[in-house]
Amino acid sequence: MLDAQIIEMLRQKATDIRVATIHEIAHLGKGHIGGAMSIVEVLTYLYYHEMNVDPENPKKEGRDRFVCSKGHAGPSVYATLALKGFFPKDWLETLNVGGTNLPSHCDMNKTPGIDFTTGSLGQGASAAAGIALGQKIRGEKSFTYLMLGDGESQEGQVWEMAGFASTQKLGNLIAFTDFNRMQLDGYTKDIYCMDNIDTRWLGFNWHVQRINGHDFTEIDNAVQNAKSVTDRPSMIICDTVKSQGYKPGVGVKANHSMAVSAEDEASSIAVLTGGAK
Amino acid sequence: MRDTSELANMKDAIMAAIIDLATEHEDVCMLEADLESCLGSSGFHKQFPQRFFNCGIAEANMVGVAAGLSSMGFVPYADSFGVFSSRRAYDQFFLSVGYAKQRVHLIGTDPGVVAQVNGGTHMPFEDIALMRQVPDLIVIDPSDAQSCYELIKQAYDSKKSSYLRAGRRGATHRYSAGAKIELGKGIVLEEGKDLAIIATGETMVNESVKAVALLKEKGIHATLIDLHTIKPLDTALIEKVAKATGRVLVCENGRYAGGVGEAVAAHLAKTCPVKMDFVNVGERFGEVGNLAYLVKAFAFDSESIAAKAENLLKK
Repeated sequence: MLDAQIIEMLRQKATDIRVATIHEIAHLGKGHIGGAMSIVEVLTYLYYHEMNVDPENPKKEGRDRFVCSKGHAGPSVYATLALKGFFPKDWLETLNVGGTNLPSHCDMNKTPGIDFTTGSLGQGASAAAGIALGQKIRGEKSFTYLMLGDGESQEGQVWEMAGFASTQKLGNLIAFTDFNRMQLDGYTKDIYCMDNIDTRWLGFNWHVQRINGHDFTEIDNAVQNAKSVTDRPSMIICDTVKSQGYKPGVGVKANHSMAVSAEDEASSIAVLTGGAK
Repeated sequence: MRDTSELANMKDAIMAAIIDLATEHEDVCMLEADLESCLGSSGFHKQFPQRFFNCGIAEANMVGVAAGLSSMGFVPYADSFGVFSSRRAYDQFFLSVGYAKQRVHLIGTDPGVVAQVNGGTHMPFEDIALMRQVPDLIVIDPSDAQSCYELIKQAYDSKKSSYLRAGRRGATHRYSAGAKIELGKGIVLEEGKDLAIIATGETMVNESVKAVALLKEKGIHATLIDLHTIKPLDTALIEKVAKATGRVLVCENGRYAGGVGEAVAAHLAKTCPVKMDFVNVGERFGEVGNLAYLVKAFAFDSESIAAKAENLLKK
């Protein structure tokens, strides 16, 4: 159970990560802001409260691992890692610039703290299962955390992984679905309906929970529950808002990748930090 | 050094190499796609149950899991029929293994027409072309049991990823234990002045050996290369035999586009243009039949190879 002080700390960190993410994308002029913003609370919780990671030693043996299979959410993952100290914050202004260590989609060979390369949707799912399997073979007590998108979960590979992970009883694999109900072309309900996602994962014999993905107490309860389930992998479906915290994108159908101007940056950060007029 | 001369099947040589590697190296693990009994990986399963995982009929996931295991320091061997290892799981192999710089050894059995009675749905004609596109990948097409065993072991030692295309049933015993078999270096099986035949894989090398004998009866002396490693291409040897003979015939159990023939032609076009011809499946899809029928049907047989060689001399 998180106490009020920790929740407040996490809220502040989440705001910092959102501010850094907006700045990162605004500096470039455009980017995948929608799906980056909707996972910020989970990122904050994992990196500032839960995961055994060391920014001084990103490849530390026996660490917990995080695979952001929806690799286009890289900007908020990078903001989280930079603020945590994995690399200098000024790297954030190099997002997608030629020669950068921060490419649009997560790359384990470029960015300290990224545990697996992703970007082709669905592929991070299997990699995470392989990592969890490797932890299990080694007898580690560590966990693998996996972030999937709801649109991403239209990929068949996600479901190939689902059956494999439950067959292998990967209790150390804890996945989240960023259920923001949107994908590049619009709303999942109109394109490829994902509304029965709970029963799909239940059908694959996963431990399934559904929470508000922006509520730290709910995230904490769900992750601790998931950790106590050792005979099967866990799915935590997070109801989220795409572009949460970046006001110009909220409720906008085309918020998957957006232009973010200096004015947008200033006004949205003002809203986030309480300085809005 | 293991002597494979007693092994009845290519799959036995494959598994002997992987089991020997797993015995020597704790990081070796194996993934199957419901073809444990087809490859005989049950031997690995029995000997190393903690390191063996049957992933079911889900090849894309299997390759992704292999990539994840690699990121944990394991060296996975992932097996399926060549069509599924290559075509079905290609994006996963290209990105999660290649682009992500992971180390995975992918096995694609029954290459080309070797799939025989499984027919067109199971015949990988494009796997060479696909795998040649993966940067820094090793692609092996051994012509016998001993070279299959040796090359698998050398591919492990290279610290790179690899794709192996090899048959399962029956085995040619061309090389003895201790023979010089070197990854990336073709083997000269015959030296002749009139033309060079470059063959890859068990079926094509076997037929080419017979073709060389047929040609010799007609007074035509051909050089024959067993090009067991498709990538990296042994350009030095290819160039040498092209310069020495002026005519090159490339034989592969697969498709020309992106295949070995095209690779050899592309290299010689810029270094040493010579008259060339090619033996491959052309624009055809696969079909059922036993190997003898298919070898004939696709004009892979020694008579057809010899005829092409003779025609090439007339050009």
